[in-house]
Amino acid sequence: MKVWVPMDSAARALGADDVAKAVAREAAARGVDVQLIRNGSRGMVWLEPLVEIERDGQRLAYGPVAPADVAALLDGTLEGHGPVEEIPFFARQTRLTFARCGVIDPLDLDDYAAHGGLAGLHRAIGMDGAEIVAEVTASGLRGRGGAGFPTGIKWQTVAGAVADQKYIVCNADEGDSGTFADRMIMEGDPFTLIEGMVIAGLGVGATRGYVYLRSEYPDAIRVMTEAVRIARARGLLGPDVLGSGRAFDMEIRKGAGAYVCGEETSLLNSLEGKRGTVRAKPPLPALEGFLGKPTVVNNVISLATVPVIFERSAQYYADFGLGRSRGTVTLQIAGNVARGGLFETAFGLPLGEVVNDIAGGTASGRPVKAVQVGGPLGAYMPVSKFDTAMGYEDFDAAGGLIGHAGLVVFDDSADMLTMARFAMEFCAVESCGKCTPCRIGAVRGVETIDRIAAGDAAAIPLLTDLCETMRDGSLCALGGFTPYPVLSALTGFPDDFATQREAAE
Amino acid sequence: MRDAAPASDIDPRDIRDLVTPLAGLEGPLLPMLHAIQEEWGHVPAAAVPVLADILNLGRAEVLGVISFYHDFRDHPAGRQVLKICRAEACQAMGGAGMAAETLVRLGVDWHGTTPDGAVTVEPVYCLGLCACAPAAMIGDRVIGRVTPERLVRELGA
Ligand SMILES: Cc1cc2nc3c(=O)[nH]c(=O)nc-3n(C[C@H](O)[C@H](O)[C@H](O)COP(=O)(O)O)c2cc1C
Ligand code: SF4
Ligand code: FES
Repeated sequence: MKVWVPMDSAARALGADDVAKAVAREAAARGVDVQLIRNGSRGMVWLEPLVEIERDGQRLAYGPVAPADVAALLDGTLEGHGPVEEIPFFARQTRLTFARCGVIDPLDLDDYAAHGGLAGLHRAIGMDGAEIVAEVTASGLRGRGGAGFPTGIKWQTVAGAVADQKYIVCNADEGDSGTFADRMIMEGDPFTLIEGMVIAGLGVGATRGYVYLRSEYPDAIRVMTEAVRIARARGLLGPDVLGSGRAFDMEIRKGAGAYVCGEETSLLNSLEGKRGTVRAKPPLPALEGFLGKPTVVNNVISLATVPVIFERSAQYYADFGLGRSRGTVTLQIAGNVARGGLFETAFGLPLGEVVNDIAGGTASGRPVKAVQVGGPLGAYMPVSKFDTAMGYEDFDAAGGLIGHAGLVVFDDSADMLTMARFAMEFCAVESCGKCTPCRIGAVRGVETIDRIAAGDAAAIPLLTDLCETMRDGSLCALGGFTPYPVLSALTGFPDDFATQREAAE
Repeated sequence: MRDAAPASDIDPRDIRDLVTPLAGLEGPLLPMLHAIQEEWGHVPAAAVPVLADILNLGRAEVLGVISFYHDFRDHPAGRQVLKICRAEACQAMGGAGMAAETLVRLGVDWHGTTPDGAVTVEPVYCLGLCACAPAAMIGDRVIGRVTPERLVRELGA
């Protein structure tokens, strides 16, 4: 009998290791032959630990499973959810990037290949660099790290640069609250990221790669490190990638707890062993990146999506989506929600459908008040903007941003002045210190919001002015975008900024 | 990690032996600092001249790097490090109240260590466990939907 118990850290955080032990113990006690596989997560976090058992060729889902449920689980008397892929939350998705996540044993390269892995790389090996870059361009893939910059154009710039050494750097700093797609894919299907980086290397002529992985993710670091070791042992990495005659190798590097190091130039400084301060652009990292050499910096999900584009074709990928937002978006639904987790779907779903229909509204059962989309630098979207479609341009038009596609849901007990204050406080804590509007402005922002809270209405225009200064005068988006959460809280929820004042009058 | 030796007992030669094999890396300083902190639980002052020498940097430059990053500490932490997430998704699930109560129960403030040296509490901004918030981490062990009772129990405090 095959039993899958995820080793994804969200599943472990909810007790998956104890469940796995209980399965092994119970199976031994009964003398039944159980093959226990530690897979990645299917992304239905509210059901974790979600255990699957193979019966009649189908994988049946049970969850959340506690160690005390394991006897009934093996007896077949535990109530379950039926075939895992028929659970509505799962069945409604279009899983391209996450096709294998939760399905396979993350560190079994043969299992990976049996589920479509390496097909994309084999196709890319038959192409020259220009054809590879053209394929990525044709797919319409845009960077999933936040800015949505077209990946093909970035690769083109690096491909066109002349240098003795070029690099592929994967941004796995994933610091945004409400996001965990990078973590999930690195823990659940690490070879897809490695394969994507190899294809990027072949495309632009880079032979070395780095994954800059945040230290807050010890499980992901462990899985990725092991996957790189296996890939090297099996010839997927090294001087002769899969017998192609071309070289590519890579390393995993651990961050050191600085949010700003997710910004690409700060990341490069950090990777070089310097303080993680932001560099002015130009020069673009594509031309003068790591150690001054031409460097592709891409987010985990951008790179992990490359294999499926080559496996299925650029056109196949581009056929999903909305407007200039092509392909799928890996929504991460978090915070106060009934059904939180990862939901991969074509761009274009309205925000309200994701929150109310897919996620089932709040966990508390109270009305939704706001959804922060795009991490700590993203806007708080009020319910009145729930018809905004998940697409880069649509969110921009609605005064927000998609960022890394994290959605944090708040119920009506949330106080938006507190959240605005937190945004300023976070900016102050994490500022790299290079420019004044961010370094000093964020501290002033906290003070100004405290004045508003104390009933000083005159501080409101001061806050608005300050936000304008930060937006226009900051070198990077940490200082430049903090006004998004602050001003969206102020304009979308004026009552939360007025009650104190009125009470004082 | 070795038992927390008083910082003055750390032999610079041991530091040199530990980090020298990493000198061939491209951008070796962060891997070296991580290796030192893993070994001694902090980055002792004695490491600064050693690193400056190996990497041909000024001491101030090395210190500047160490001080930039939240992860590196210049003195040993408690026997266990508890990281509690303060970011938005955890706040949406009552994380602020949970954290405040945990601090009261442990009798420490953020970045503080309990008087018996058992636990150091650090804030962290997101652990990627935002769909099972609020979240915390003890050492490398992650915990979701956490309560103060659970944390105090797990810490044995
Ligand atoms: C303060 C700040 C933090 C960022 N954090 C991340 C991050 O954690 N991960 C990421 O991929 N991009 C992050 N970015 C965006 C990167 O600068 C960069 O745009 C991205 O890595 C490019 O990859 P992509 O084109 O694949 O999105 C951040 C940007 C800023 C300003
Ligand atoms: S905006 Fe803030 S984080 Fe960005 S460069 Fe300026 S000081 Fe550094
Ligand atoms: S916001 Fe707390 S784990 Fe992500």
